[in-house]
Amino acid sequence: MKKVLSPGAAAELVPDGARIMVGGFMGVGTPRRIIDALVASGKRGLTLIANDTAMPGRGLGKLISAKAVRRLIVSHIGLNPETQKQMNEGTLEVELMPQGTLVECIRAGGMGLGAVVTPTGLGTGLEEGKRVIDVDGKNFLLELPIRADFAFIAARQSDYLGNLDYSLTAQNFNPIMAMAAGTVIAEPEHIVPVGVIPPDAVRTPAALVDHLVERPQ
Amino acid sequence: MTPKERIARRVAQEIELGTLVNLGIGLPSLVASFVPAQSGVFFQSENGVIGLGARPPEGMEDPDLTDAGGGFVTAVPGAAAIDSAMSFGLIRGGHIDVTVLGGLQVDETGHLANWVIPGKMVPGMGGAMDLATGARRVIVAMQHVAKGASKVVKKCDLPLTSSRPIDLLVTDMAVFEVRASRLVLTEIAPGLTPEKVADATEARFETADDVRIMA
Repeated sequence: MKKVLSPGAAAELVPDGARIMVGGFMGVGTPRRIIDALVASGKRGLTLIANDTAMPGRGLGKLISAKAVRRLIVSHIGLNPETQKQMNEGTLEVELMPQGTLVECIRAGGMGLGAVVTPTGLGTGLEEGKRVIDVDGKNFLLELPIRADFAFIAARQSDYLGNLDYSLTAQNFNPIMAMAAGTVIAEPEHIVPVGVIPPDAVRTPAALVDHLVERPQ
Repeated sequence: MTPKERIARRVAQEIELGTLVNLGIGLPSLVASFVPAQSGVFFQSENGVIGLGARPPEGMEDPDLTDAGGGFVTAVPGAAAIDSAMSFGLIRGGHIDVTVLGGLQVDETGHLANWVIPGKMVPGMGGAMDLATGARRVIVAMQHVAKGASKVVKKCDLPLTSSRPIDLLVTDMAVFEVRASRLVLTEIAPGLTPEKVADATEARFETADDVRIMA
């Protein structure tokens, strides 16, 4: 059985300066209670890997507004003016990646692969500083795997072992990130008895999950 | 009908029965309303759904079911929810029949720039680079002119979205096919002539023998 933590206790595990990845797409499928706890605990200097920073007051936008993040690896920041402001002021370093490359690099990090070779970005400004690889006469950009110290995962259900399933478009990066971090902390909407989630509905096996965060009281 | 709606209506004529289609945010998303419900077309949204449906009535939203712009949507019967790796595997792997993207610039070799104006607007590319690279057919839907300047340019001075040329450009003034990395004017809006289109266009283009009127 996994120890069920309060959001605050989960946040306490994260040191300042940690490298974290967080699921979600415009705040949908982002573990909200953990984000609130990270903000409340006053973390600083985090490296954040995520699809986007949502908008101020929503999802990861709260972490940006709290100035907890020093370095950001994302595919999109267009709907969060605060992210752009901190980037322009030089207090937030932003690396933009194509969304498909970002998720595949995280997948490679979790799957034990040495690199991703993708056609996306080839022949554009993204090539700068990257290796172009010829595979049987066809060129690809070589992109490196991405891992983190912590992954924060939003799930629909977990059982007490930590088997997870997901809801509709709230899955997005979550099942991928659950493979690519040293410590994986899941925030399910419901925690159910072992056996309630059928084995073939489990998307993230319990073996990948280190801690659960308690359901809303 | 607004110019944007006319563009969307024309793009919708390109969507074939039973295909899998990705629509970008903004103008391209208007295309869905011109595709008949019985067409068997499934719309994919890169945040993880195949079979995107219309916005639900107020009070019937599911916070876990949104489109790539974060707006509430529904899922049609036969829909599938997928994770981001599968979603971009579909996109990059050539499983999406058509994508419709917005544009900042398209140039006379058919190249698209649509994700950043350095120093001014840095939204990030999101899924645009993967879509422009991996979808089987890339259609750009955009206004022909913005702030008095042609968006159909000789050479993109904004960063490219992909090194692969697009297949079709639909604006409020004209339709261009991209053939062998050259723009070919195939349709003009009612009331225009190819000369008038050329006057409003920075790019050089060829004109098809049988230029039709956009409908």
